[in-house]
Amino acid sequence: MIELTVNGETRRLDIESDMPLLWALRNELGLTGTKFGCGIAACGACTVQVNGNAMRSCVTPVSAVQGQSITTIEGLSAEGLTDVQQAWIEHQIPQCGYCQSGMIMAVSAHLDNNDSSSADETARAISNICRCGTYPRIKRAIASLQEQRRSGGVQQFDPAATPAQENNV
Amino acid sequence: MKASRFQSQDHIDTGRRQFLKLSAATGAGLTLGLNLTTRASAQAADSPALQFNAFVNISPDNTVNVYIKHLEMGQGVYTGLATCVAEELDAAWSQVKCEHAPVDTEKYANLFMGQQATGGSTAIANSFTQMRQAGATARAMLVAAAAQRWGVPASEISVSEGQVSHGSHQASFGELAVEAAAQNAPAPEAVSLKDPADFTLIGREDLVRKDEGKQNGTAVYTQDVQLPGMLTAVVAHSPRFGGRVKSFDASKALQRNGVEQVFEIENGVAVLAKDYWTAIKGRELLEIEWDDSAAETRSSGTILSQYRELVDEPGIVAEREGDVASQLNQGDSVEAVFEFPYLAHAQMEPMNCVAKVDGQRAELWYGCQGATSDQMAIAQLLGGKIEDVKIHTVFAGGGFGRRANPFSDYVLEAVRVARGAQGKPVKLVWSREDDMQAGFYRPAFVHKLSAAVDDQGMPTAFQARLAGQSIMMGTNMESMSVVDGVDNASVEGLVHLPYQVPNRQVEVHNTQAGVPVQWWRSVGNTHTAFSKEVFIDSLARKAGQDPVEYRLSLLKHNPRETAVLKLAAEKAEWGSRKLPEGWGRGVAVHTSFGSTVAEIVDVSVQGTEFKVERVVAAVDCGIAVNPNIIRAQIEGGIAYGLSAALADEVTLTDGNVDQTNFHNYRVLRMNDMPEVEVHILPSGNAPSGVGEPGTPPVAPAVANALAAATGQTLTRLPLRLT
Repeated sequence: MIELTVNGETRRLDIESDMPLLWALRNELGLTGTKFGCGIAACGACTVQVNGNAMRSCVTPVSAVQGQSITTIEGLSAEGLTDVQQAWIEHQIPQCGYCQSGMIMAVSAHLDNNDSSSADETARAISNICRCGTYPRIKRAIASLQEQRRSGGVQQFDPAATPAQENNV
Repeated sequence: MKASRFQSQDHIDTGRRQFLKLSAATGAGLTLGLNLTTRASAQAADSPALQFNAFVNISPDNTVNVYIKHLEMGQGVYTGLATCVAEELDAAWSQVKCEHAPVDTEKYANLFMGQQATGGSTAIANSFTQMRQAGATARAMLVAAAAQRWGVPASEISVSEGQVSHGSHQASFGELAVEAAAQNAPAPEAVSLKDPADFTLIGREDLVRKDEGKQNGTAVYTQDVQLPGMLTAVVAHSPRFGGRVKSFDASKALQRNGVEQVFEIENGVAVLAKDYWTAIKGRELLEIEWDDSAAETRSSGTILSQYRELVDEPGIVAEREGDVASQLNQGDSVEAVFEFPYLAHAQMEPMNCVAKVDGQRAELWYGCQGATSDQMAIAQLLGGKIEDVKIHTVFAGGGFGRRANPFSDYVLEAVRVARGAQGKPVKLVWSREDDMQAGFYRPAFVHKLSAAVDDQGMPTAFQARLAGQSIMMGTNMESMSVVDGVDNASVEGLVHLPYQVPNRQVEVHNTQAGVPVQWWRSVGNTHTAFSKEVFIDSLARKAGQDPVEYRLSLLKHNPRETAVLKLAAEKAEWGSRKLPEGWGRGVAVHTSFGSTVAEIVDVSVQGTEFKVERVVAAVDCGIAVNPNIIRAQIEGGIAYGLSAALADEVTLTDGNVDQTNFHNYRVLRMNDMPEVEVHILPSGNAPSGVGEPGTPPVAPAVANALAAATGQTLTRLPLRLT
């Protein structure tokens, strides 16, 4: 038996100890927001948080995270959306969206743990793959989130103020 | 895209107006799934939706449901098509919900293709008038109902933001829905459409996208479909293309707890298990001997060296203007050979498909892109009728061409597996390795370009010889693309050269290889734009002219490319913005899928390493239905093309694909993504594509920037400085 604490709830599962956390989340717990992309921790679509740190669940055996606090996209916010999720809507980031759960989990952990990192440091730290190419918008969202958190308030989204608007002829 | 074609009138099934439960009318067989109820269908289930036409339902709860006939795979069709409907319906954006339409060719054909299909960057272009008419006819029915209820002339009634009003009377769409749905639907041509000056939603910057649930994990992809009693299947494919199962031993696999079935299908051995992890573990225990007698056993290096020899010989003539040969034999000439590798699509969601087969009947759930052709292929395989194949379309985790397979490869694989599963639904899942090695790549190509130039350095003759596999030959698309042995998908972008050159010839060698090939975001333009735009830069350099000025002097008869190129140059401050030491700037312009895109790239170089720092793009795609999504598509097209410029490459050693996963098939990540600016040229023309046209110009613009910085003209992708 494996005991996992996911999104604040502890569950006992009759699974093999080497089963990757990804498949325990998706198949055993029905938490399908976490995605399968590569199976070798190369793409980040499966990123969850373990004790607040980003972790690629597709290569993490369930035995390694017993008794630790696992958070998935479904449990990121107790109510409504976090500032990161809100920024994902405001900056119109997702295209196909398949990588975005992992992206949001990685960016959220990064912002929580490295609040003063530079744009370049952040770009290097978030190595998740997005084949739709949403990177420029993610960078913009991260920059505005850092600014927002520094100033201690949630800014109201003003589409007319986004750099995108200036690009229209 | 021809204007006449654009105007060909759409037919909307307005004859049938019935009270239909949403679950019966749409793909809501999804509610079979345990956790698949979307917000839209959950709401609509409480109040029956009333069908106004094939594309529009309005519920008494005031929800406007729009059926989207194209696959939403990130390109924004939910939002774009719904915008066109809501514009003419005068709906409030917040009351609009989208769902994929069922597969029904008669109602939901792509008007440019005559079949239900998503591709060729046609979603908005083919639907623009049709969706507006769908909105306008539904609006007319709401107005007629209000006129009847209030006893006032319909002409005096106004509609705005989902409210119908006349004097002191006011009603929401929901309040009028029952009476309105019972009105006679006007013919689509009979309703007048808005003057573009009156658009309130088309052209808006701030519309929130309608493909919801992508920021909180609730969006449903094939990977997430769960059905009662469902098994998960993986298939062991031949390591070499064309290999067959000679024999296999499944005894160890079947001993593994949770592995339910192992059997051979046409192209491999299927392992069916309670879940993916178990199926993969079971597959590892299979012992298979492969028969490679009909397999491709060459290396990609061998294939490409054969292509290099071929382009020295004349090929099938695709285009001939004037007399190229005599011009090339006299005067000054320039020549270059270009080389392009096979490329995998590597969309984030590996291929997958859920199928349930019961005799000749089948029901499927997946990100269905080639709807009509998939449906026909399934019916043919099962020996049943088309109407016995029911397809529910869910979001696709990227596509870039891969999901519309001309042979329905992964779909038929799922059906073959499900056929052996005794009626149980089966989710076929490819691992990343399966996906990477399954072929259907962008074909490898070699081009040899030659030009003769006059004493001013201007080209008097241009010749292109191409060697590579045809994508369309041997597929059900052949008649659409192949004429006299020339596949337009091989030569598009080099034929009908936009640059004014009096003598032109394009030739092609259709090569044979056992490597399956397919369209890959922008198809032939992925390679033709590169050779064309790098070559034109070489000619400009030889002439001692500025690359933008040189192009403009050859585009005098082409106002569209001229305008787009000038806009990009102006926004990038071409010629006036000073670059740091060691940087270079390059340009490319290309027209594909009816749209013209120019891109100007800044690179920084250190030794043999370089970084793409900034891309400024200008696009003319006709009327900008949703400028924000247009920019997203151009940004994404740049990222996709840049990935191929910098890293992507599939190689084969003795017929075995060398790349397996993202550690050895390198793709663009955030730290390599440059700043991107996208500028949209104002236009009153009909909308044209944006999904693909952003991709072709970026690789040649990077190569031209590297040439400017280093003097090295790179003619092979991916780009490597020496």
